[in-house]
Amino acid sequence: MKARRLGAIMLKELRQLRRDRVTLAMIVMVPVMQLILFGYAINFNLRGLDAGVADQANTSASRALVMDMLATDVVKPVLTAQTPQQLMDALRRGRINVGISIPPDFEQRRAGGRPVAQILVDGSDTSVLGAASQLAQVPVDSSAPDTRAPARSTPASGPISVVGFYNPQRRTAVNVVPGLIGIILTMTMVMFTAIAIVRERERGNMELLIATPLTSGELMIGKVLPYAGIGLIQTTLVLLLGVWLFDVPIRGSLFEVYVAAVLLIVANLALGLLISTRAQSQFQSMQLTMFIFLPSILLSGFVFPFAGMPWVAQWIAEALPLTHFLRLIRGVMLRGAGLSEMWVEVAALTAFIVVAMGVAIARFRKRLD
Amino acid sequence: MNAAAQDADDACAIRARGLSKRFGQLQAVDHVDLDVPAQHVYGFLGPNGSGKSTTIRMLCGLLTPSEGEIEVLGLKIPEQADALRSKIGYMTQRFSLFEDLSVRENLEFLAAIHDFPRQRARERVDELIEEYDFADRQKQLAGTMSGGQKQRLALAGAVINKPELLFLDEPTSAVDPESRRDFWEKLFELADAGTTILVSTHLMDEAERCHRLAILDHGKLVADGTPGELEQQLEGRTLLVHARDPRRAQQRISSLEGVLSVAQVGNALRVLIGQGSDAADRIREALAGSDAQVESVDPNLEDVFVSATASGAQTRKHAA
Repeated sequence: MKARRLGAIMLKELRQLRRDRVTLAMIVMVPVMQLILFGYAINFNLRGLDAGVADQANTSASRALVMDMLATDVVKPVLTAQTPQQLMDALRRGRINVGISIPPDFEQRRAGGRPVAQILVDGSDTSVLGAASQLAQVPVDSSAPDTRAPARSTPASGPISVVGFYNPQRRTAVNVVPGLIGIILTMTMVMFTAIAIVRERERGNMELLIATPLTSGELMIGKVLPYAGIGLIQTTLVLLLGVWLFDVPIRGSLFEVYVAAVLLIVANLALGLLISTRAQSQFQSMQLTMFIFLPSILLSGFVFPFAGMPWVAQWIAEALPLTHFLRLIRGVMLRGAGLSEMWVEVAALTAFIVVAMGVAIARFRKRLD
Repeated sequence: MNAAAQDADDACAIRARGLSKRFGQLQAVDHVDLDVPAQHVYGFLGPNGSGKSTTIRMLCGLLTPSEGEIEVLGLKIPEQADALRSKIGYMTQRFSLFEDLSVRENLEFLAAIHDFPRQRARERVDELIEEYDFADRQKQLAGTMSGGQKQRLALAGAVINKPELLFLDEPTSAVDPESRRDFWEKLFELADAGTTILVSTHLMDEAERCHRLAILDHGKLVADGTPGELEQQLEGRTLLVHARDPRRAQQRISSLEGVLSVAQVGNALRVLIGQGSDAADRIREALAGSDAQVESVDPNLEDVFVSATASGAQTRKHAA
């Protein structure tokens, strides 16, 4: 790997890009358009949210209340905590979406008609918040038979209070904008790199390049690095517009937002390279990009909450870099979590990069056959 | 190794034995033996699809041969292809520089790819721009230039590393005769300076200019030698038939035994007959009643080409 040759490829790529007006326009227009389009809300009902339970009262009535909540299927228990503080920690790490907290004085509160339980919700995803609100309608008095119908009419100031954290005004834009960084990077980064290499093959440049001392690694990395820079520009653009137009908070460290973005950018560039070793034409690489992009948008948790999906879809989603990025970026931007608290997602993205890049370089042969 | 053998090795830039390439069912190159002497302009003559490009690609290590051995500039190919790449220049059949980069940017890019330090890269690019007459077009985008200019730029790009060996794959098939002549001037300058040049073509006037020639047909090497030698082998086998009605005369003689080809040239017919054949007498007989005249003429390279490829076609016909 020689810096001089790497630099030559990068300079060439940037010079070509400067003259390619359509691509240049796409770099700016895709984020702006998407941000405006997706800036409007869509709400979904969902089931199977990961829940943590802290039942400090532990009486038969409180246990019955928890069982009733679980019976709604809106939540499934994954964590038993001792204190509400532990629930908060798990919520912040993204381990659970919902926390059910029952205070030690449950029985007194029940007798006194005061709120008996609290539902802690990660409100950064508004559809989670909406779903969790259903839990508040579970009747506290479990001795009554099926009271579902009257329960629905229970006023909001009922015995169970729902507290949405991290998105007090329940604005969807707050949830959408961080995810949008991921969507835009997935779309443009995969496509640009996939096309960049296939285009050279189509135009005959590749035959010239492989007859020179250039190595595969130099060629691939040199072509990919300029696009990484472009990815960071797009990230900045979405962040600026998000803060300016939608007042999206950045609660965690800005540096970590960019670290997460770089991880996704590199993962997508590696994926683009992988596609380019397979595709025969620019059109084919577009098709293959779409093949990755659609599941990314649908399964990653950007459009439909991850928790509501069947396990097959969840498995596929786990293999997509966008899924892990969404968890990271929502954690950092909306919950103020640190990357170290979400190291599993960081590790997943890193593993994806190593595998995809390795396979791409191994598959790209400096031969015509 | 004794001194004589050493000399023989040095004098040979390319040596290939039993070189073959199959693409599925297609035998693109079929057991070709090749010796290209150093500092020569060596031509590959053959019709489209005869395996010229495939052979060149195998020789510069871009394709892996199905069979056979290759030694280029003393390096085993494809095993040592990486070491070879800095010593050769390769000009592809299709223009393969970047159309959306300017003349200077293209050359700068190639200089950097060949790992020239900045200072030397600038000098070499200036030198080439001067030498290849691009002084007033350095900033023009390559894609906007004419066929002849593109081809000149491609040649400048191929020699940027001052290669010992230059491969040119049908370099002038898309340019006008004047550009072609200028182009060949450049090739001979390079050969004089010590570069070995392997050039493929299907144009007779280009083949005529080469020091040595190999004729390829359906992947087989059917003839090789200097253009003069090849023509000499056809001595006495080419006839010119002058007739008032050349088309009728052509019908009469083209089916005669021993006649390899009959082609109309203006008002005359150029006839090529088989080796040791008495077809000349039969032609005179066949045309006896008419006012046609038959004369013997010197063979040219086209006759060589037709003769070399026709015998192959006949063998194939018999096999089928």
